[in-house]
Amino acid sequence: MGLTAQSTGPQVLKELFNIEAEPYEFIVALVGNPNTGKSTVFNSLTGLKQHTGNWPGKTVSNAQGRFQHKNMDFVLVDLPGTYSLMANSVEEEIARDFICFGKPDVTVVVTDATCLERNLNLVIQILEITEKVIVCVNLLDEAKRKKINVEIKELSRILGVPVVGTNARDGEGLQELKDAILNMISGKTKSNPIKIDYDDDIKEAVKIFEPVLNKIIGNKLNNRWTALRLIDGDETIKESINNYLGLNLSDDIELISLYDRLEEYLAEKNIEDEEIRDRIVSQIVCFAENVVKEVVSFENKEYYEVDRKIDSVLTSKTLGIPIMLVLLGIVFWITIQGANYPSELLAAGLFWIEERISELFFNIGVPDWFHGITVLGIYRTLAWVVSVMLPPMAIFFPLFTLLEDLGYLPRVAFNLDSFFKKAGAHGKQALTMCMGFGCNAAGVIACRIIDSPRERLIAIITNNFVPCNGRFPILIALATIFIGGNLGVFRSAFAALSVLASVIFGVLMTLAVSWILSKTILKGLPSTFTLELPPYRKPQIGKVIIRSIFDRTLFVLARAVTVAAPAGLIIWLMANMTVGNISLLDYCAGFLDPLGFLIGLDGYILMAFILGFPANEIVIPIIIMSYMSAGSMLELDSISAMRELLAANGWTWLTAVCTMLFSLNHFPCGTTLLTIYKETQSKKWTLVSFIVPTLVGFMVCFVVAQTARLLGLV
Amino acid sequence: MYEKSIPLHMLPIGSFGRVTSLIAIGNSRRRMLDLGLIRDTKIEAVLKSPSGDPTAYQIRGAVIALRSEEASKIIVEKID
Repeated sequence: MGLTAQSTGPQVLKELFNIEAEPYEFIVALVGNPNTGKSTVFNSLTGLKQHTGNWPGKTVSNAQGRFQHKNMDFVLVDLPGTYSLMANSVEEEIARDFICFGKPDVTVVVTDATCLERNLNLVIQILEITEKVIVCVNLLDEAKRKKINVEIKELSRILGVPVVGTNARDGEGLQELKDAILNMISGKTKSNPIKIDYDDDIKEAVKIFEPVLNKIIGNKLNNRWTALRLIDGDETIKESINNYLGLNLSDDIELISLYDRLEEYLAEKNIEDEEIRDRIVSQIVCFAENVVKEVVSFENKEYYEVDRKIDSVLTSKTLGIPIMLVLLGIVFWITIQGANYPSELLAAGLFWIEERISELFFNIGVPDWFHGITVLGIYRTLAWVVSVMLPPMAIFFPLFTLLEDLGYLPRVAFNLDSFFKKAGAHGKQALTMCMGFGCNAAGVIACRIIDSPRERLIAIITNNFVPCNGRFPILIALATIFIGGNLGVFRSAFAALSVLASVIFGVLMTLAVSWILSKTILKGLPSTFTLELPPYRKPQIGKVIIRSIFDRTLFVLARAVTVAAPAGLIIWLMANMTVGNISLLDYCAGFLDPLGFLIGLDGYILMAFILGFPANEIVIPIIIMSYMSAGSMLELDSISAMRELLAANGWTWLTAVCTMLFSLNHFPCGTTLLTIYKETQSKKWTLVSFIVPTLVGFMVCFVVAQTARLLGLV
Repeated sequence: MYEKSIPLHMLPIGSFGRVTSLIAIGNSRRRMLDLGLIRDTKIEAVLKSPSGDPTAYQIRGAVIALRSEEASKIIVEKID
């Protein structure tokens, strides 16, 4: 489905890259190695809050935002973080294709000042494709802290393109960056990028292809670069050229004949196929090494000593894993302890408002059914969602984000890798798993950082075993009100421990299911994997709090609220519509009850999980609503009253444990399943992702419930 | 010279090596090249994970963790 060569501009951007731009807007592409603060540059320029974290591979799809500078309008496209553009992975292909065929007006390459040498590899590759490049040397503050000095001007002179030093987290250098972008578009600055002087054999090989490419492709691409890719045996670039430029290189007889000539030439020179790539890369890397020698000076050669010391503790044989668990435990404990009081306050406040609304409705003579639907149905469910979820989320997310910002998550992956390896899974699955703590749909998207399709599927299918935002509150609420219930001062600690135990259980299930999958339907050996352990960074506590509250907490809450309102309505209707003498709600719950009982739950809980399919956040509110409407009308104005309500409905510790286990192991929510379908493009794997955790949940809860009953523990 | 050549995963923590050759092929080799692992690149073995594998190496200013399968395909000459 090639496009004609004439169709360029906004239409193409929209169709091929899903980028929306007006004709008067200029397109700026943002590329860079993973973990260079690229997303921070993006956020600072556009004001868009894209979530950033200190671990490699955060940007997983094209994000776009806008900014204005001196009355000009720009669309900024955030491309996936890559180390190279030689198309070793999907991300690299996306980035390469956008730079080659999206024809951005300017490409900004974000680099890490503390690790410039490795970053220059990408810069040089981009300079071979386009000359409209601006290099942004970011993280200057980190470099300063480590006493690394980068000569910006000299770097610009050597590379032949503008170089701007920035410290994007504090907004430093961004004006200069915007000026540089503007000046390049207006033609004020002319660039003259350096070209790598490859060895004679490579040059000769390039000459075989370049003239013919000039004829076929014309000036739509840098044909020296294209020739380099072709002699390197890159097939993906041919496909992209066919797709984006509407050509058909595979049928071009002249081009095909050149491959024979190339083969002859290489045989004559005694060069093996793989050697070409080696030589091309080696020459780029050597060049980068020399540039760094010229422009970077280290005042303190041991600049990484502090990081090393921290790492030697956090990843040590004896302490590494215990520290990880303690940190997570502390996070849960602070969350539970801290959320207690605000939750009660919120509940009390919201239910006080409910009474006032009811009074008002009563006084103005609103019909009962209307009061029922709006107040007892919709409002009450909303009130529950807000008071149960908001406080823990507002505490948990900033804490978790803080760990992320520090750079701790890659260390977690490092510590856990051997387990994942034994499970036949990819090392980066530990990272996608951590991402699932935020949101499983996001975790599923993050699985793109795993190249091998087999391991990516394993990561996708098992992502649901770690609790997301929506399910943490279930765990925290039940742990607080039920398990930690009457333990006095140890209440929060005990509750935190049980949440921690649930999470550990989820991780174990992830590993076990990954292992089973890799031995059965997704057979294979673990593929290669490299994991960068980025330098620790000082988190900006204020920004972390603001960002995580606005980006994550309120976002998740808004999602929960949108689902909770109709769910509240449905529950109220079900409770008040009767079949014979039984309400629809009781009828359904009664139908599900035998199955629920088998696995330690009851019909209402099971129904809550089914109704919670759009968003798990509403599971607890639905359970509460169902019990309340089923007769025992308690005045639920405090969280502790919830315990009485649950107990009155036959809950024991076993019910709480099984509900927690089932919340960890059941079908993914609607959004996650939809994402899985989008990512895998396969109904089969979406179905597998639905069935596997559900089956596991039923089995686990069945075993736990039956064992407890057999042993007479309940 | 030749006797000193060892696969990278056998490089003791805290010591340095210099790449003499890559025996990885295909995608794995390309990843290594992306990290700047070409002939004569200096590598330091920095950290072992709690279970002893993977190991983190300092490569061109970045700390990169490699599983022993990968590291065994990078031949280095130990620098004393």
